[in-house]
Amino acid sequence: MKQYDAVIIGAGHNGLVAAGYLQRSGLKVLVLERNDHIGGATTSISRYEDFTYSNCSYVCSLFRQEIARSLELYKYGLQVIPYAGGAQIIKNDDGSYDAMGTYWHDDANRRDLERFSKRDTNAYDRLNRDIIRQCKFIKPLLMRTPADPTSFKPRDLMELLYLGKRFYGLGKEQMHETMRFYTMSVADYLNEYLENDALKSYLAGGATVGTALGVYSPGTAYILLHHAMGDLDGNVGAWGFARGGMGAISKALNDSFLAAGGHVRLNAGVSNFTVEHGKVKGMQLENGETVKADLVVSGMDVRRTFNAIDANELPQWVVDRAKNFRFRGSSGKVNIALDGLPSFYGIPKDSPCMTGDLHISQSMDELELAYDDWKAGRWSQDPYLDMLIPSLVDPTMTPQGKHWMSVFIQYCPYKLAEGDWNEDRKNAFGNHIIDRISQFSPDFKEKVLHMEIRTPKDIEDETGLTEGNIFQGELTMDQLMFNRPIPGYAQYRTPISGLYMCGSSTHPGGGVMGAPGANAAREVLLDLGKRMVP
Amino acid sequence: MTSIITNNERPLSERPILETPFYPSYKHLIQNDNYEEWAGYTTLASFADVGQEYFSVRNTCGVYDLCPMIKYDICGIDAERYMNRLITRNVKKLLPKRVTYTVWCDDKGHIIEDGTVFRLSATEFRLCCADRQIDWLMDCAIGYDLVITEVTDAIVGLAVQGPVSCKILKKTGFDGVEKLKIFQLESFSLNGYEVMVSRTGFTGDLGYELWTNAINAADLWETLFKAGKPHGIRMIGSEALDMLRIEAGLIMVDVEFMSCFHTVKYDRNRTPFELGLDWVVDMNKGHFIGRRALVEARQKGLKNKLVGIDIDWNKRADGALIYNSENCERQIGEVTSALWSPILKQNIALAYLDAPYFEGNNDMWVEVYMHRECKWEREVYKCRVTEKPFYNPDRKKLTPPLDL
Ligand SMILES: Cc1cc2nc3c(=O)[nH]c(=O)nc-3n(C[C@H](O)[C@H](O)[C@H](O)COP(=O)(O)OP(=O)(O)OC[C@H]3O[C@@H](n4cnc5c(N)ncnc54)[C@H](O)[C@@H]3O)c2cc1C
Repeated sequence: MKQYDAVIIGAGHNGLVAAGYLQRSGLKVLVLERNDHIGGATTSISRYEDFTYSNCSYVCSLFRQEIARSLELYKYGLQVIPYAGGAQIIKNDDGSYDAMGTYWHDDANRRDLERFSKRDTNAYDRLNRDIIRQCKFIKPLLMRTPADPTSFKPRDLMELLYLGKRFYGLGKEQMHETMRFYTMSVADYLNEYLENDALKSYLAGGATVGTALGVYSPGTAYILLHHAMGDLDGNVGAWGFARGGMGAISKALNDSFLAAGGHVRLNAGVSNFTVEHGKVKGMQLENGETVKADLVVSGMDVRRTFNAIDANELPQWVVDRAKNFRFRGSSGKVNIALDGLPSFYGIPKDSPCMTGDLHISQSMDELELAYDDWKAGRWSQDPYLDMLIPSLVDPTMTPQGKHWMSVFIQYCPYKLAEGDWNEDRKNAFGNHIIDRISQFSPDFKEKVLHMEIRTPKDIEDETGLTEGNIFQGELTMDQLMFNRPIPGYAQYRTPISGLYMCGSSTHPGGGVMGAPGANAAREVLLDLGKRMVP
Repeated sequence: MTSIITNNERPLSERPILETPFYPSYKHLIQNDNYEEWAGYTTLASFADVGQEYFSVRNTCGVYDLCPMIKYDICGIDAERYMNRLITRNVKKLLPKRVTYTVWCDDKGHIIEDGTVFRLSATEFRLCCADRQIDWLMDCAIGYDLVITEVTDAIVGLAVQGPVSCKILKKTGFDGVEKLKIFQLESFSLNGYEVMVSRTGFTGDLGYELWTNAINAADLWETLFKAGKPHGIRMIGSEALDMLRIEAGLIMVDVEFMSCFHTVKYDRNRTPFELGLDWVVDMNKGHFIGRRALVEARQKGLKNKLVGIDIDWNKRADGALIYNSENCERQIGEVTSALWSPILKQNIALAYLDAPYFEGNNDMWVEVYMHRECKWEREVYKCRVTEKPFYNPDRKKLTPPLDL
């Protein structure tokens, strides 16, 4: 009973992207999802009355516009609205508060920065220019399959040539810069440009997101790109809200896939793959059912994908690599329903800055201490918080006059030193975050109606992201490009014939980007001798 | 020891784009709401009729609000040494109370900015430019004994330009202003406060620039306009100024070149030679930033260069591409700024041309797209390299100016 040409494991956004392309390219595709809902880490699920949260991912920039266009996501309701604003709240030595606002307009932005450091306003321009240069180098690589530098196959050589040309095209000075940039710590990198602590911590905090490294750890400067690399309608570095929450992205992908004739089965977790003579033959579901398939694309992370294969079928080094891929959950999230808009010290009530990302970290040293807590198996005393109030922009997520706030937290450990995560510890973590925010907001606590607390353990349990690592594996240099997820298997294939990978564990990595899914679909079709449509 | 003095006491809540200190004085003259944001200030692209504003500078006297100009005071015993390292010109040759136009480059000889240097005394300089770059100025000051102060907000400026400008300034109370030679500056006392007057400008005409503390702005404006009223003084906006500076063959940042601090694409960087600014680079003054690269660049020769061109016909060739033949086979250049010059009755433009076309021995054609009554039309006109400045009246330098 073989009904489908291809089975995709997991209805995460990447699985759905791959499914959409394959279905439109003429295959009959089935998606199997373990949960009772689609989306993986890209969901909008109501947990309290008429409030909808973006439960995991919360802002969109990286999602490749070519995918949105080819899968016609606008037809299925996807709208990504850029947001402006944002502020870094600053606690002065005398106990008073101020805030450094972010504005869309360069000169407006500069005016506010220069209240804190005149020098940095110009240095910030230069920093941005250099980051954009790095983005320009890396961006075209996102939608390309990484070359294997050891294979000597014509396509790999061509791709290496392309890479080499781009690299040499950078010019001598920028080549040096690029090597430095990819290996430096974000703190050292920013210190070369800026002097103001508030601005530096604002930027540096973002470079630790999803990574169990501190701002002084080498390799973190690169992660700055993940914030600058995306764009919305040609505005490089711009971030936006998906109308209706991030789930709107998976919903549009899902609806587009269904409209093309695809099928999705929920509550259909895969427990293991059936492999015969090095070829995939199908899979066993958690409910005992078997599904036959000669072509399987796994959207699960690399650890889970290989755990579902009998180790006898795999070279030992591949088993080792899958085991050693670094996940290290380090992020938490609290979604909060609010009975009205809270106020923040230092930010005037009607400030346009409220519609952007709000931050309270005071210095890079504070961020490094936050990392020390993680190393010791505690959630950070003074964590880096990325706070946004999407309901200021999106009228569909809360009742009128009410709001919800998304709070992303770096760092929160997957394993606590004091013992396993349980309800009490989880609540203590949530309450700690509320207390921390309340230090900067006089009326925050009284406005809290409900909160959804998500530790790395919760994230793992719900989405299957191992150890709760938000990117399906850390985005450090050793786990990127032809090393992501496993050298020799960075081109979406596995040692098992017919079994492919399409999740964020593959190039170019995590974030709601869709690129791994699209690249994987292209590789599958290449092997089938088919052209990708559209 | 280097230090920077800044003072900024504005809370987050305030509107980030400011009005200049002169704004309340001339607000009543704004007839059409043609505003332009410039460096964080609300300025006017035009007050009323652009043609009238333009001709006030060629005929009587036009006044332009210079407040948003970026101004840095660089003072200290090492100031001269520092300036000579920073800029391409030799400030040793710049006497106190003199002004000079210059550019400054990075180590690769790429232009960071152009602007004017005012030598206020042996140890005090003021750098005026369009773009902020305090980080660069401070980085370059490591090891020098000086203080850099940004005075952009503290010092206000008015450009008073045109054949009658000297007369109006005399009537305003600047006795002896007629003795100022071009690029000379002098301090005057007006109604009990100090005003620095420099014979400088961005119009290629007789003209002066007035500088004083921000608190005197309203009084200076009132006094000047009271004296100028019978002589046809008027405020002008940036559109008129742009016409004037093109006729004068003066370049503008972000139009003729981009600061190498802002270019993402490397091939957009420019050396002074490509802009035809060889005359501001003093290779014999000893080391300065970018010198080594500029020596090399000079040896290599130029791939393309900014020149003035004169185009047949009468439609402005804004943004036009330039070709080697009438049927537009090969592109050999592009227009950066274009103007139908009302005074020359010539269709002029600043343009980059490839070698050898910038030498001026070949005919060339410019392809112009024109939007006429909601329809795009394409025309190809012959053009040729011509002398810059396009317009250069004797009165610009004549001292004392004619008493009109
Ligand atoms: C808290 C948090 C905040 C984030 N914030 C942002 C953000 O603001 N912006 C951004 O761009 N990115 C953000 N990210 C990262 C981003 O959400 C993820 O990298 C991305 O969603 C991963 O997508 P994916 O399709 O590769 O994998 P997933 O979303 O993990 O999808 C995998 C799917 O496979 C399913 N699955 C797992 N095991 C099985 C099985 N055995 N059988 C069947 N199905 C299975 C899962 O249920 C899931 O649906 C965030 C992530 C988290 C966790």
